[in-house]
Amino acid sequence: MLKHYETVFIMTPVLSEEQAKETVSKYKKLLTDNGCKIVTENAWGLRKLQYPIQKKTTGFYHLFEFQAPANFIADLEVAYKRDERLLRFLTVALDKHAVAYSLKSRNKAKVVA
Amino acid sequence: MADNSEIRYLAPPTVDVKKKKYCRFKKSGIKYIDYKDPQFLLKFINEQGKILPRRLTGTSVKYQRKVSKAVKRARHLALLPYVADMLK
Repeated sequence: MLKHYETVFIMTPVLSEEQAKETVSKYKKLLTDNGCKIVTENAWGLRKLQYPIQKKTTGFYHLFEFQAPANFIADLEVAYKRDERLLRFLTVALDKHAVAYSLKSRNKAKVVA
Repeated sequence: MADNSEIRYLAPPTVDVKKKKYCRFKKSGIKYIDYKDPQFLLKFINEQGKILPRRLTGTSVKYQRKVSKAVKRARHLALLPYVADMLK
């Protein structure tokens, strides 16, 4: 049974543009290969961190919202931990209010765009 | 010498009328507090970046826990600082 999850990760700013894109596509492929359905994905781009992480003050933020089998999340997090290009990641299970919220904000963005 | 009892105030002393606190989430019907939106979370932390207690904000227990969980997640993702000075 697919549950809703959302993961945000921060990539080190040292990466060039295509390296960052390649990292993101690597995780996107990892998700789709393991039977996950990506609901949305957006890049927040380069943002200033409120406190330095590993001596860096900025980072590329990226967000995936997806549906996945519950047992896959552990492997996903191992993959994140092993990747040294990621400064930090956070995977969150979404309850029904959270899913409704993201759906509403997506529709609002579509209306405004 | 004016007798003490006859001291009349120009304006009635405004005793601090107790403003009924209410939970803003219940009133506005917000069900989910997004940890990715630091602008909104700034309302619930003070200048030093600490989470405001319920007795000041008046939020109910259920939503205070959601707020603290969201703030802690935002801090983890460096969207909010752990300690700050003059955050606002």
